[in-house]
Amino acid sequence: MAERRVLWLALALLALSAAFLAWHLRAPMGFILGLRAAKLGALICVGAATGAATILFQTVAANRLLTPGLVGFDALFILMQTLLVLILGGVGAAQIPGGLRFAFEVLALGLASAALFGLLLRRDARDVTRMILTGIILGVLLRGLSEMVQRLMDPSDYAVVQQAMFASFGRIDPQQLAVAAVVLLAALAAALRMAPALDVAGLGRGTARGLGLDHDRLVLVALLLMAAMVSVSTALVGPITFLGLLTASLARQLTGTHRHAVLLPAAALLGALILVAGQFVFERLLGSPSALAVIVELFGGLLFLALVLKRRRP
Amino acid sequence: MIEISDLSYAVGQTPILHGITTTLERGGITALIGPNGAGKSTLLHCLAGLERPASGRVRIDGLDPFTAPHRQRARAVALLQQSPALVSRLKVRELVGFGRWPHHQGRPGPEDRAQIDRALTAFALTELQDRALDTLSGGQRQRAFIAMTYAQDTPWMLLDEPLNALDPRHARDLMARLHGLSRDGARSIVIVLHDINAAAGWADHIVAMKDGRILAQDHSAALLTPEVLRDLYDTPFELLQHKGRPVVVAR
Repeated sequence: MAERRVLWLALALLALSAAFLAWHLRAPMGFILGLRAAKLGALICVGAATGAATILFQTVAANRLLTPGLVGFDALFILMQTLLVLILGGVGAAQIPGGLRFAFEVLALGLASAALFGLLLRRDARDVTRMILTGIILGVLLRGLSEMVQRLMDPSDYAVVQQAMFASFGRIDPQQLAVAAVVLLAALAAALRMAPALDVAGLGRGTARGLGLDHDRLVLVALLLMAAMVSVSTALVGPITFLGLLTASLARQLTGTHRHAVLLPAAALLGALILVAGQFVFERLLGSPSALAVIVELFGGLLFLALVLKRRRP
Repeated sequence: MIEISDLSYAVGQTPILHGITTTLERGGITALIGPNGAGKSTLLHCLAGLERPASGRVRIDGLDPFTAPHRQRARAVALLQQSPALVSRLKVRELVGFGRWPHHQGRPGPEDRAQIDRALTAFALTELQDRALDTLSGGQRQRAFIAMTYAQDTPWMLLDEPLNALDPRHARDLMARLHGLSRDGARSIVIVLHDINAAAGWADHIVAMKDGRILAQDHSAALLTPEVLRDLYDTPFELLQHKGRPVVVAR
């Protein structure tokens, strides 16, 4: 039954993608179609990566409220952008070739986030409250650093940084998109391969180790996959904090299962679905293409509050 | 046979176990009793290879639980932990099925399903097998976790306070079931008990622990004397006989 719902999600995504591409298509068709396809690809990649990465993170952290964004990942991205502009200057940073910058961002973010999550989970994996607090404080620290650096900048440089602070699907480089898609597919496939082991890890560290699962190794691999997914998606469009939480909770609700072989694809499809549907509505129907990130953050944030407030611990 | 020699364990600077040396024979039920904080749970975790001791060695039928491959260890010894984490929407049958993980690593076969059915029957969970864990009572949940430990099908079962949250009937049923399992020689059971009378009634051997050391170890009948219990719990006890079985009462 849960599997069938995943199938429905896939069909819905297909239908929506077709609508996204074909809606009011005018001449020059080839050109517009190309633009739309790139945007569609980016939306799907980012949504899928965010959804799957959040499920991985929640399982490894044994907490349903955490997302990579909440423990300081976004702050890390903004600090990186800020430092880049500070060192090279606004014009210099804008002049780096897209492919090179993308590769650099993915690599740096991947390494930094593996270090960040590794630090959080290794030290505090048994104490979730401490882990959340450490993550939030790290986030505040990184944000503080960014702000301090931003104050030292001249206003035109600051404008460049500001652009990078919100997710934007405006201009997508097809080459970047291709690289991102390959990395994401590989990471998703690897995550699916370890789905049964993730199910065992979901029982908690103690029980999982008792059942003979090499928990430390599993956490490490899951962290690396997650770092790859989130880094690629963030480098592609920018940070989206709450989308992961929104998708992961919806995926759990919709499938009603603990099995990662279902949860991972469901969350990935839902993430893509939310972004494509949102962009379609805002861009084609309401005519305000840049509002999507803001709205996703708003609803994700509201959901986070709702989850925290009505949380029942069994 | 479990051989423990000079096993010491510490959390930071606080020693929990002080050079424990003993041997637990195969077959039968061995009960670990002792006051809170005596180190009983820690000892079980060390035997299962889940906590690394500061020094000393453990052999489970010749296997070193700290250096053996994880999967091999999980097929030699199963541990029921106290208050395991709860996964929402997990069904009883699925939980019990996780006990088969060391055997199939993600690809369950017909033998695994048969063993799950046996575990469900053995612990009277067949009726509950499709219920989600978070809809069960504490005692039913406890039985589901015990069934998972059983499904792991290891020669050694280590149970940390399995009578927690069980009503008198299910507590007796569980002890009788464990007793039966240990009779046919297939399973050796080490069990932490706070109910001394459960130990008196069902255990073959008793290990009495206090302050991270073994205070006494013997056949149940020989160990349960008012003197040993007084030294163990720092409180006077009386030993009565009821229908040929010892009954212990704190005075």
